[in-house]
Amino acid sequence: MRHFARITAAAALAAMTIGAPAASATEITFYYPIAVGGPITKIVDGYVAEFTKANPGITVKPVYTGSYQDSIVKAMTAAKAGNAPDLAVLLSTDMYTLIDDDLIEPIETLATSAEDKAWLKSFYPAFMENSQSGGHTWGIPFQRSTIVQYWNKELFKAAGLDPEKAPGTWDEMVSFGKKLTKKDAAGNVTQWGLEIPSSGFPYWLFQALTTQNGAILANPEGTKVAYNDPKVVEAAQFFADLGQKHEVMPKGIIEWGTTPKDFFEGKAAMIWTTTGNLTNVRTNAKFAFGVAAMPKKARGGSPTGGGNFYIFKSKDKAKQAAALAFAKFLTSPEKAADWGIATGYVAVRADAWETDAMKKYAAGFPPAIVARDQLKEAVAELSTHDNQRVTKALNDGLQAVLTGTKPAKAAMDDAQAEATRILRPYQK
Amino acid sequence: MQPRRNSRLNIHVQGWLLALPAIVLLASFTHIPAVVTVIDSFYSTPRGRVPSSFIGLDQYHAMLADPIFWKAFNNNLLYALITVPVAIALALGMALLVNGHIKGRTALRLAFFTPTILPMVAAANIWLFFYTSDYGLLNQIIRGMGFANVNWLGSTSTALWSLMAVTIWKEAGFFMIFFLAALQQVPPDLYEAARMENVGRWTVFRRITWPLVMPTTLFVAINALINAFRIVDQVIAMTGGGPNNASTLLLFYIYQVAFSFWDSSYAAALSTVLLLLLGGVALAQFYLLDRKIHYR
Repeated sequence: MRHFARITAAAALAAMTIGAPAASATEITFYYPIAVGGPITKIVDGYVAEFTKANPGITVKPVYTGSYQDSIVKAMTAAKAGNAPDLAVLLSTDMYTLIDDDLIEPIETLATSAEDKAWLKSFYPAFMENSQSGGHTWGIPFQRSTIVQYWNKELFKAAGLDPEKAPGTWDEMVSFGKKLTKKDAAGNVTQWGLEIPSSGFPYWLFQALTTQNGAILANPEGTKVAYNDPKVVEAAQFFADLGQKHEVMPKGIIEWGTTPKDFFEGKAAMIWTTTGNLTNVRTNAKFAFGVAAMPKKARGGSPTGGGNFYIFKSKDKAKQAAALAFAKFLTSPEKAADWGIATGYVAVRADAWETDAMKKYAAGFPPAIVARDQLKEAVAELSTHDNQRVTKALNDGLQAVLTGTKPAKAAMDDAQAEATRILRPYQK
Repeated sequence: MQPRRNSRLNIHVQGWLLALPAIVLLASFTHIPAVVTVIDSFYSTPRGRVPSSFIGLDQYHAMLADPIFWKAFNNNLLYALITVPVAIALALGMALLVNGHIKGRTALRLAFFTPTILPMVAAANIWLFFYTSDYGLLNQIIRGMGFANVNWLGSTSTALWSLMAVTIWKEAGFFMIFFLAALQQVPPDLYEAARMENVGRWTVFRRITWPLVMPTTLFVAINALINAFRIVDQVIAMTGGGPNNASTLLLFYIYQVAFSFWDSSYAAALSTVLLLLLGGVALAQFYLLDRKIHYR
C-alpha cells in the first residue's frame, strides 16, 4: 500500500513538472484545409515555428483538416461538441453559416488598438466584401483567388491567331474558339476551343459570366438573390450556347478536376480556372502558355474565391487574443507575399506586392500579377444565409441548362423560386 | 432439483455475459444512434441561439414536397433494380466458369476478385479516367468503332448508368466468391446421376445447381440490395450527385443535407426513411422468401 502511494505521488509530481510550462502558455488550435498542390503542411509548420519563436507565450497547434468541405464539417462538429478550434481557415462563403450558428466572433471586437484598425484596412476591398456583413468584420482574407483564363500559345499560332493576345470580349472568345476547335475526318472534335468547367460548383465560374454581363447575384446582406434577372438568364444562355450553338466547348458538364489536364494534353486551347492552379499549370504545361484577365461583355470581372481566417467564440479572452496575433502574423506583408509565391494565391494586401521577394517573383513570372490587377473589377463570391442550399439551387438550374434539360429562363425561374423559399426566414 | 436449476441459470448468465461485448458495441454504435435519429426527426434543427423545438411530422411533410428527395429515391430504386440482378447473374456466371476444370483457373479467379480488393475511392478514380470525355478509355474505344464521343458523367441520361456499371464491376467479383463456395458444396453424385440420365446442361443448372445455391443467392441478394442503398463514396468521387441531381442517391442526399446544409433534423428524417426501407427489405426477404428456398 505504501509502495503504491509512493508511486502515485511520484507520478503526480512528474505530471506537475511536465504540465507546468504548458499551463503558463496560451495554447490555441488552428484548423486549416489544403485545396492546392505543394508541400503546404510543411510551409504552415514553418510559419508556426517562426511565430512561436517570436511569441514564446503562445503555443499554436496546427491541425490539417482535409478539403474545405471536410474542414467546415470538422470545425462545426467540434464547435457543437463544445470543443471549437480557436482559429480556422474556412471558405469565405461559409461566413453566414458560421454567423447563423453563432460560432464566430466579430474581428473588430478583438482588434481594438489603432494598429489593429490599420491592419483591418490594409486588405484589398474586393476580398473584404466576402468578409463583412451587417456592419461587422467576420473574416480575415488569407488564401484568396480569382478566376483567370489560360491559353495555349502554340495552338493559337497553329490556328493563325496572335499567340500573345487572349480574347478580350465574349465575341472574340467565340470567334477565337471557332478557329481553335478542330475536327477529324469523321467529324469528331479532336481539340476544343474553350473549356469552362461546370461540375461540382458551376455557380462560381458562372458568376464570372454574370458579372461580365453586369449582374450582381446576391445582396450584401445575403438575404436575396437575383437568379432570374434577365442579365443572368442571358449569361446562362450564353454559357449553354458555347457548347450547343457555337460548338466551341464540349456539350454537357465539364469536369473541374480534369480541365487543367485537358489543357496540358492540348485537348483544350483555352480554359477558365482559379489562379490557385497557376503553379500547377506552370509545372505541367509543356508549351508556352498565357494567363489573362476575364474577357469583357458589359464589363470585365470575376468573383473572388478561397478562404478566410475565422476566430471562434470562446470565454477565454487570452486564447482569442492569441488567435488574433497569429492571424495578424500570417497576414503581415512579408508572410502574405511568401504564401502567395509558394501557392499561387493572390497576396491579400497591396503592400505585400511592394516586398522585395514579391517584386522579384513578379518580375520573373509576370502571369502572377494578372489576378491581382483583376481585383479592381472583382466582386464578392456568391454567398447568402443557408449558403450551400441556396447555391445548390443555382448549380442545379445551371446544370439543367447546360445538359439541355431545361431552357435558360425556366431553369433560372425555378432556381429563384427555390432560393427565395429557402431565404424567406432570413428576411426580417 | 436445486443444483440443476442453478446450473441452468448459470448457463443463461454465462450466455449473456458472452454476448455482452457484442451487445454493448451494437447498442452504442447502432441501436441507440438509430433510436436517437428517429426521435431527432420530430424536432427542428437548432440554429445558433434558436434551440430545437418539437414540430411533429413537419420534416416528413417537407420531405414529401421535396423534389430532390423523390429524385434520389427513384434513382436509388432504379439503381437497386438494375445492379442487384445483374451483379448476381454475373457473379454466378463467373463462379460457374472458374469452378470448371479450365486452364489458368487460379489466375482467372484472382482477376475476377481484383476489383473487390481496391478501395471504392481508388476504383472510382480509375473509372473517372475511363469515363473522361475526350481522351478517356471508353471514348477512345467508341471512337475507334466510328461512334461519336459520349460525355458519360456529364450528361443527365448517362451519369447514373455509368455509376451503376462501377458498382456491378466491383460487386460481381466479391459475390463470385460466395457462389464459388456454394458450388463446391453441391454433392457431386447429383451431377453424376444427371449425366447417367443424359440430361442437358441447362436442365442440370435449372434443376440442380440453381436450387442448391439458392440460400447463397438470397444472402447475396440481401447484401447487394442493402449495398445499393448504402452507396455514397463513388457518388462523391465521380459526380457529386450531378448533373442536376441525375445521379443523386439517398445516402448521398442525406450526407449533403447533414454536412453541407447543416439541417441535422431533416437529415434525421431522411435517415429514418432509409432505415425503415432497409428494415423492410430485410424483413421481406427473410420471412417471405425463406419458405421457397431449399435448405438441405
